Amino acid sequence: MSLSPKLICKNVWKLYGDNPKEFLKSHNNNPDKEIIKKSGYIQAIRNASLEVYENEILVIMGLSGSGKSTLVRCMSRLVDPTIGEIFFENIDMGKLSKNELIEIRRHKMGMVFQHFALFPHRTVIENIAFPLEVQGIKRKEREKSALEIIDLVGLQGRENYFPKELSGGQQQRVGIGRSLAVKPELWFLDEPFSALDPLIRKEMQNEFLKIQNSLKKTIIFITHDFDEAIKLADRIIIMNEGRIVQIGSPEDLIMKPADDYVKEFTEDLPRERLLSVKSIMDTKKEPNNSSTVYEDEKIFSILEKVLSEGSVSVLDKSNNIIGSLNKETVSKFINN
Amino acid sequence: MQKKKLSNKIIFISLTVLTFFLYWYGKEIANYLDSKWLVKYPKHYSFPFAIYTSTFVKWLINDANFWLFTFNDLTRFFAWIIEQPYNIVLAIFSKGILKGQGQDAIQIMEPLSWISVVGIFFTLALYTRDKFLIILVVLSIVYLAVFDQWQSSMITLSSIIIAVPIGVVLGILLGILSYKSKILEKIITPILDLMQTVPVFAYLVPILVMFGFGPVSALIATIIYAMPPMVRTTLLALNSIDPQLKESGLMSGCTERQLMWKVLIPVSKPTLLIGVNQVIMLSLNMVIIASMIGAGGLGYDVLASLRRLDIGGGIESGIAIVVIAIALDRLSQSFANLPTLSKKTQKTFFTKYKKIIFLIFYIIGIYILGNFFTFFKLFPEELMINTSLFWEELVKYININYFDNLESFKITLLTFFMLPIKKFFLGIPWPWFIFIITIIGWYFGKTKLALLCLMMSIFIVTTGLWEKAMITLYLCGSSVIIASIIGIPLGIWAGLSSRANKILTAFIDTLQTLPSFVYLIPVVMLFRVGDFTAMIAVILYALAPAVRYTAHGVKNINNQIVEAALISGCSQRQLLFKIRLPLALPEILLGINQTIMLALSMLVITALVGTRDLGQEVYIGLTKADIGRGLVAGLCVAFISIIADRIIKAGSNNLKNKYGIK
Repeated sequence: MSLSPKLICKNVWKLYGDNPKEFLKSHNNNPDKEIIKKSGYIQAIRNASLEVYENEILVIMGLSGSGKSTLVRCMSRLVDPTIGEIFFENIDMGKLSKNELIEIRRHKMGMVFQHFALFPHRTVIENIAFPLEVQGIKRKEREKSALEIIDLVGLQGRENYFPKELSGGQQQRVGIGRSLAVKPELWFLDEPFSALDPLIRKEMQNEFLKIQNSLKKTIIFITHDFDEAIKLADRIIIMNEGRIVQIGSPEDLIMKPADDYVKEFTEDLPRERLLSVKSIMDTKKEPNNSSTVYEDEKIFSILEKVLSEGSVSVLDKSNNIIGSLNKETVSKFINN
Repeated sequence: MQKKKLSNKIIFISLTVLTFFLYWYGKEIANYLDSKWLVKYPKHYSFPFAIYTSTFVKWLINDANFWLFTFNDLTRFFAWIIEQPYNIVLAIFSKGILKGQGQDAIQIMEPLSWISVVGIFFTLALYTRDKFLIILVVLSIVYLAVFDQWQSSMITLSSIIIAVPIGVVLGILLGILSYKSKILEKIITPILDLMQTVPVFAYLVPILVMFGFGPVSALIATIIYAMPPMVRTTLLALNSIDPQLKESGLMSGCTERQLMWKVLIPVSKPTLLIGVNQVIMLSLNMVIIASMIGAGGLGYDVLASLRRLDIGGGIESGIAIVVIAIALDRLSQSFANLPTLSKKTQKTFFTKYKKIIFLIFYIIGIYILGNFFTFFKLFPEELMINTSLFWEELVKYININYFDNLESFKITLLTFFMLPIKKFFLGIPWPWFIFIITIIGWYFGKTKLALLCLMMSIFIVTTGLWEKAMITLYLCGSSVIIASIIGIPLGIWAGLSSRANKILTAFIDTLQTLPSFVYLIPVVMLFRVGDFTAMIAVILYALAPAVRYTAHGVKNINNQIVEAALISGCSQRQLLFKIRLPLALPEILLGINQTIMLALSMLVITALVGTRDLGQEVYIGLTKADIGRGLVAGLCVAFISIIADRIIKAGSNNLKNKYGIK
């Protein structure tokens, strides 16, 4: 993962109401939550700043009404932020003309929706080819690209079905296919699997990871399901009442929750399955141990080894010893 | 809370008592105070709206000049645009292509033969893949030929073929524009309200004056009458599209135009088709009325027969209209419900348009055959059936054998039901009536509704039409009461038994398909003219929504609530009276509201059978071509229906909010 930001949000606010811009200005661009409410405005996003790195999966997590959907819509400018700047590949999204915005959407962005948002009057292939159609690409050519995508999302043989003839999972495959038709660089997924049954959801998550492994997109993924966030994310953003509470890797959130709100989410998780050795090891080098483990192994998989050996050395990817882990630390972690 | 409820009750009772007191003693009090204006609004205070309106329209037609063109040029231009396609369609279906003028014209090409028209409708029905419908449609068209209604039917059909597409396209465009611009939506909604509540007769006159007597005027009136629901349906369809669908269109890179025409409109197609069905039905509803300003065809036949009191002829043409209405209604409905099936195979040009290609060859074949055998051109006269004599005999028979029964039924209802209501409405002093209406408005909708009620009733009183408005109220009121007494129990029955529902729905659907005018024919035959006849016709026309809404309300109650009631030990009777009916009340109110709206629109038409209400005033305006008189009386009717509509809807919404049902 390279660390060049693909997308940057700077102090983004979104208020709904009569004249939110003036209101923010008159309150020094930083009004109190109470004042906002009292003045009849609704706060959707409060001072959000973040960076999205190339090829990472950034998950935005929050309960309904936390502003995560609005934030993503600000990034794609489906919704205009009240104030704040958004840079996509160093282009200021706020300054784009209508046509420039359409151009960006036609070539660089894709979005998957919670309720699929398929066009009911179009067949699977017509749905997937739609973004190409509106660009004015000839029928033969766009259907050829669409067929490739149908292969990718596993819908061979269903090209000429209408959405309502498909199951929920299949419908979302169409949604995913359509969002990938223009080979986007920035891929938004707005709770793509929330409307699916648990089993199908799991299958789709795995499929999604598989697709990402081969395509390597920059992804912004929304969910209200913390397990899903942990499973998919490189980094997670936790939102609450329009505010970004914490940004960090799954391990950061578990080990160092920013506040009680985050802590509540992480409490009931099977931590030994989620955390790797790195997050609890002792960084003082003790080279005397006979057995070794790698820093990115999950704790539950080395549990037995540590408990029987008493102490192990921790190696990084190039087999250098970077720390150690002993029985006491592990038992303390498990019983915590 | 308790206290407030109690004081509300006291106010309600005392207001009612006062109303009756004033009804009985209002005149004496006014005499005693020597202020007769309390019971009768003084004539010299009425504001001459009618004269001003007439003067304005006259100015518009004679003198209005928009620099480049006059208003007259504008109307002529519109008329011309509509006339061209109408002439083509008329040539195809009815007149053939003519060369030359008037009497000396030579037909150089025949119109479509009856067999070809049957073929066209057969092909259309084939697309629905509904065997029953195919038979129904074909039989309907054959009926027109067999019963000797062909010529008039084709003229009527031609006007429908022109009016419907224009109404639909204009409606969709206006709908799209007001979807895009909130300001336009705000402007257009009240105009639509007025267009749907001002009785048709009222704007026949201005159209007549602007466009002259003839089929074009009739078409314009039809379009104006039939278009509003299309605008509303379009707006509703666009507004109820899942926002995610719109976003997914935007994220796919649609321009605004692509979003509208590739996403929003196609997605709304099912709803839009329902709108198209409504436009068709309303256009058919106008067939007879439009013939007053020059539409020929079946409508004219009905009107002429009614004027001649030719019972048989009227019924014959009336049935032909009904047959067309039912066929077109079912046909357009099943197009709206047509399921989309997966396209398993790619289609070639030929397989895709197979049916149309066949149809074209069929029509050409019939045309060639028609040159050799007249059967293929004209339905043979010796096979035609004339039923007018039958109808005449039937009505004669009923009138001879059941005259006394019908008459005593009529007189009983008149003296014990209708006259007391009439006296009541006419007896209340107008200031008190306006006060009560305003209070009711305030109770249901606070200041805004109170103001609306006040302004509108003051308008009615200042036009000097108060008495006529009261007669309208009395006729509407008695009809709605009886319609509710019949309709609500029927609705409950339909809501409880699915078999009853099926039968009643078929019955109600047919009732609603019939053009309003048709109801007049049988009742006039049986009860002659007068208020009673008017009331019966209004009841028949306005019955449907009372049944339909009640059935819907009673049936569509959350199943868990029903189960909870049953578990609590409700008997079926208790379930109905303690659970279903209270919860259905908001819906039933809406049904009564619709009944009132239909009743008011029908009342104007019943002016033809001699009522002395606002409808008569509108009708006089029409016959004397007095623009102002008709329009002002029409506005009064519209205001009455708007007041009733707003109050009942507010009441229904209050209830719904109270129960937390959507």
